[in-house]
Amino acid sequence: MKTTYREALRAGLRDALLRDERVFLMGEDVGAYGGCFAVSLGLFEEFGPERVRDTPLSESAFVGAGIGAAIGGMRPIVELMTVNFSLLALDQIVNNAATLLHMSGGQCHVPVVIRTTTGAGRQLAAQHSHSFEGWYAHIPGLRVLAPATLEDARGMLWTALQSPDPVMIFEHGALLGMDGELADDAGAVEIDHAAIRRSGTDVTLITYGGTLHKTLAAAEALAAEGVSAEVIDLRTLRPLDDATIMESVGRTHRAVIVDEGWRSGSVSAEISARIMEQAFYELDAPVGRVCTAEIPIPYAKQLEEAALPQVPAIMAAVHDVLGRMSTSVDGVPVLAETH
Amino acid sequence: MSPVEPMMTTEHARHLQHQMLRIRRFEERCVELYSAAKIRGFLHLYVGEEAVAVGVMEALAAQDAVVATYREHGHALARGVSAGSVMAEMFGKVEGCSRGRGGSMHLFDVATRFYGGNAIVAGGLPIAVGLALAAKMQGQPIVTACFFGEGAMAEGEFHESMNLSALWRLPVLWCCENNFYAMGTALARSESETNLAVKAASYEMPAWTVDGMDVVAVEAAATNAVDAIRNGGGPHFLELRTYRFRAHSMYDPERYRDKAEVERWKERDPITMLEARGLVDASTIAELEAAVSAEIDAAVAFAEAGSLERIEDLTRFVVSEVGAP
Repeated sequence: MKTTYREALRAGLRDALLRDERVFLMGEDVGAYGGCFAVSLGLFEEFGPERVRDTPLSESAFVGAGIGAAIGGMRPIVELMTVNFSLLALDQIVNNAATLLHMSGGQCHVPVVIRTTTGAGRQLAAQHSHSFEGWYAHIPGLRVLAPATLEDARGMLWTALQSPDPVMIFEHGALLGMDGELADDAGAVEIDHAAIRRSGTDVTLITYGGTLHKTLAAAEALAAEGVSAEVIDLRTLRPLDDATIMESVGRTHRAVIVDEGWRSGSVSAEISARIMEQAFYELDAPVGRVCTAEIPIPYAKQLEEAALPQVPAIMAAVHDVLGRMSTSVDGVPVLAETH
Repeated sequence: MSPVEPMMTTEHARHLQHQMLRIRRFEERCVELYSAAKIRGFLHLYVGEEAVAVGVMEALAAQDAVVATYREHGHALARGVSAGSVMAEMFGKVEGCSRGRGGSMHLFDVATRFYGGNAIVAGGLPIAVGLALAAKMQGQPIVTACFFGEGAMAEGEFHESMNLSALWRLPVLWCCENNFYAMGTALARSESETNLAVKAASYEMPAWTVDGMDVVAVEAAATNAVDAIRNGGGPHFLELRTYRFRAHSMYDPERYRDKAEVERWKERDPITMLEARGLVDASTIAELEAAVSAEIDAAVAFAEAGSLERIEDLTRFVVSEVGAP
């Protein structure tokens, strides 16, 4: 069936609410408003205000309430409107959700799912556009998911809800309107492995979330140049699926990581280090990276576009690791940092 | 509205005195063991505040849940976490109530529904909201008691949690242990409104100020509040005025308060105040002291005999193990 990323997310929510009476959705404007980005539209009417629960603007308290309700036997889905707002709940996510199991010597399980919208690309400027999933991927005790496809948007939630531990799902805002075909019987998907979205032999492109589709577009353009690029969609940022990455790099001997987070201390930095640790002698070139320019995301369209990883920069980074021309593509200056 | 004290029987007074003595003597032993380097890290003593935990716990039932702070030895003991498992936790042993992963500040015991041991000031309040929300959604007559110091009332999480609990009429008993100092900062130096019950009452919930040095008054107030909460009355707030006789932790020169002030408060020691009611005679107190001493000796022996977690198991309990619920 034809659907969108937004509708796939909604189908996942509806499915979870139907299947398990312990599940409820809680967050700012998830109910009567229908969700800030219309993801939960219609669920309030279908499931009522108890199970599709509007909250005050109290990120810390309602995330903590999700943690407490999880300990108390429920299966809460907590929605944080955007990743920037998640910082207001950082205490609860890091000091409690990620920590209680260990601090209690294995007694206190926290089966909460926290969803939020991440990423730039919609001219929402510097307080609604960042990509902090890499920060959360730094935290032991959290599982961090980044659906980039309709299948994952539809299917990751139910699997996350089966986890006895906290799971964070980062849904990319720029993908909400993405449409495509989804199988009528699409359902839960596994969340343990990265996926190879395109096979190739010359270079491995590693990415996740909103940059998957730019990376696939770059791979397509590279194919026209005779470069065969493999594209890995990480899907899960913690724990990372090292095996899939190393197996691919072991075949292609070159890697470029595309990450909408800032370069310093990013998911891309972590993956680059792991490739160095685990596959150094397989490499024919240093690992390349395409990340967001290290500035708060600007409003103006041309500046925002220039700040983010784009197809020309991804192609340029691939050219670099292949030892080819690197400074421009089709006369377009490469502004995103590639070194 | 002021709570009516229940008729106090000799037997019940004996029980309350026993519970307070257990906490007092346990912590005194902890100080010795700290000096002997058997216990390390931070050690926040509850000495002087025992009537609060003991009085509130008396009002709770087995199915109720408790969330406490990093000064929670007394709450754990009064809730029924064994002295041996608490002491073993301080010793960092596997037999500890948190397997030695938490220490003094993070005592947990899911069996008695004791959910920590939270060392972020006000960090436990949202969890109490959630425990109460779960109980309400499940239709269970469970009350969640959440303890926090008055320092927490300057945190945003306090206000967010008051609002959510009142907005959703959740079964929470908020227990503010006002010992007048947030670490070393006096109440009047950190709060524009020092009448704390007034702050809570602004969230449309019943809020009382209680003499936290009088265990009978605490129990009476908590019992009234818990009954009301269990009957659907929504959250209630108790400001329990108390005093910490000892330093904030083991590294505190106490430059911020007068010795004379401390001495004045010691005249209202909750243990001697209950004694003064004349319900428990000297020979009974001697019996209780002997029983407590034996219990603590056994707890220390249990902790000493405990085992250390193997280094091979260092990374356990970061994620749940197979078969977890």
